[in-house]
Amino acid sequence: MNRWEHFEHGADIGVRGYGASIAEAFEQAALALTAVITDLASVQPLERVEVHCEAPDDELLLAEWLNALVYEMATRRMLFARYAVRLEGTRLAGEAWGEPVDAARHHPAVEVKGATYTMLRVAREGGGWLAQTVVDV
Amino acid sequence: MELNLFEKHGEFEWVIPRQGAMRVPAVIYASEALVRDMDRKVYEQAVNVAALPGIVKASYAMPDAHWGYGFPIGGVAAFDPEEGGVVSAGGVGFDISCGVRCLHTGLSREDIMKIQAPLAHELSRAIPAGLGSTGAIRLDEDEMEAMLAGGAAWAVQRGWGESADLERIEERGQMKHAKPGDVSLQAKKRQRDEMGTLGSGNHYLEIQEVTSVFDAKIAAAYGLAQGDIVLMIHCGSRGLGHQIGTEYLKRMAIAAAQHGIHLPDRELACAPINSEVGQEYLGAMRAAINCALANRQILTHLVRDVFRRMLPQARLPLLYDVSHNTCKVEEHRVDGGTRKLYVHRKGATRAFGPGHPDVPAPLRDAGQPVLIGGSMGTASYVLAGTKASEALAFSSACHGAGRAMSRHQALRNWQGRQVVSDLAARGIVIKSPSMRGVAEEAPQAYKDVSAVVDAADAAGLARKVARVEPLVCIKG
Repeated sequence: MNRWEHFEHGADIGVRGYGASIAEAFEQAALALTAVITDLASVQPLERVEVHCEAPDDELLLAEWLNALVYEMATRRMLFARYAVRLEGTRLAGEAWGEPVDAARHHPAVEVKGATYTMLRVAREGGGWLAQTVVDV
Repeated sequence: MELNLFEKHGEFEWVIPRQGAMRVPAVIYASEALVRDMDRKVYEQAVNVAALPGIVKASYAMPDAHWGYGFPIGGVAAFDPEEGGVVSAGGVGFDISCGVRCLHTGLSREDIMKIQAPLAHELSRAIPAGLGSTGAIRLDEDEMEAMLAGGAAWAVQRGWGESADLERIEERGQMKHAKPGDVSLQAKKRQRDEMGTLGSGNHYLEIQEVTSVFDAKIAAAYGLAQGDIVLMIHCGSRGLGHQIGTEYLKRMAIAAAQHGIHLPDRELACAPINSEVGQEYLGAMRAAINCALANRQILTHLVRDVFRRMLPQARLPLLYDVSHNTCKVEEHRVDGGTRKLYVHRKGATRAFGPGHPDVPAPLRDAGQPVLIGGSMGTASYVLAGTKASEALAFSSACHGAGRAMSRHQALRNWQGRQVVSDLAARGIVIKSPSMRGVAEEAPQAYKDVSAVVDAADAAGLARKVARVEPLVCIKG
């Protein structure tokens, strides 16, 4: 079962992840980010990229994490299929596994410009955590 | 939205009077039908903007306003630094200086239709579009700095265009007071391979035919006549602008709290104009404007190369180039005096009226051209700035159609290949690297641009001059 989903925002699109921990919800939100661009199943986790970021609170940290991935996708011209997140206070250490963009195979629908603070939310939900925001495409 | 939220001050003017934290009223310019269709979020966002420090006169929303980030898309707001006014990264948007450029071709419909498919093919090969595409130009550190300071003027110096082009670009192709040093290394790195690329989403390049002329006198001044073929480019500052938007959004979210500015929505992140973060953002944002102007200039050069090979008789001079995501320092008349204001236009086009000194001399009597891009496969419009627009909304008009439905809903409703063949049946050739992208941008996924333009005209924001319809569309 997917533990991520998209939600609607007029011109753009929202990404939402659920998890037992904040870190897991962040990983799932990142999968939703990839799925904005392409079919997740089409991306192979061949290369590993490390990401580090920091922000004063969980919500800004979610935006930072997604923006760090947008940056890595843009500068490395890669797409990612798998993520791992470790959180220590206000710092995040993340890993992303993916491969170079292949237009013929990935049919990337759209380029994500950045994660916004619109509907930005990191909160307890049910027994776990939810992490969501809208991304500008 | 329910109409009873507003005081109706005219057929096309809907006012939200000052209340609560609002420092000024909010005004939406639109027809009754457009207001009814607008998201309630436009109301909330226009009200939130009206509460920001130093806002002057009113928080405005254009006829194409829709739910944006902090500011509505289609939002206009001016701030006075002498009154604690702010600058907002969200008030400009991620795609800084996204805009529309229009070129004349001197060609006829027959010239294009004779070679429509091969011409579309050659353009799609020459114009890098879509995610992961790179341009042929690589900028080293010195050239990056020169580009960020020089804009389209830099591009022309490097041989990508003619000096006459610069006269037909806002700021004469070069935004002053840009500070490349305030642009992060990350933003520069993101741009390194992206000069002369179109991007994706709603960005496109179209060959269009003038199908209606509404104001013959202004059209003549603009060099437009029924049946003329023009070329429009819609794109922005690429990765560099997106990265600057991202970085300053965070810095301003933190800075606002430090300056005691209460934000009902974090996306309204802003900093006083007279603060370190505010000044650095302005320097970086202006550099991003130059990046967008240089990018559209390089794309113009690539287009001219294709036409030189395929239609050697064509000359492609600029009609005009406008940006619709900016913050610019302008002088405006307010309450009988002239004030220097920081005018944010997010998804709104500057629309200087006749006689304004910043309008190029040959066009000055007619007013500034206002280029309104439609969505893929639909009409676009050329309007002209009016004298009245100064008092209505600091000389601003709409910028496009705005989405009528989400990307998901569009994907559920249409398939890319079907959209391409439907448009082909109407004589329009679409080229795109992504069929899913085409489906998400299906013409019916957008509002009717004609209704938006009619409302802008009726409200007096800008005057309708000509309608153009596409023959070829290169889609990002």
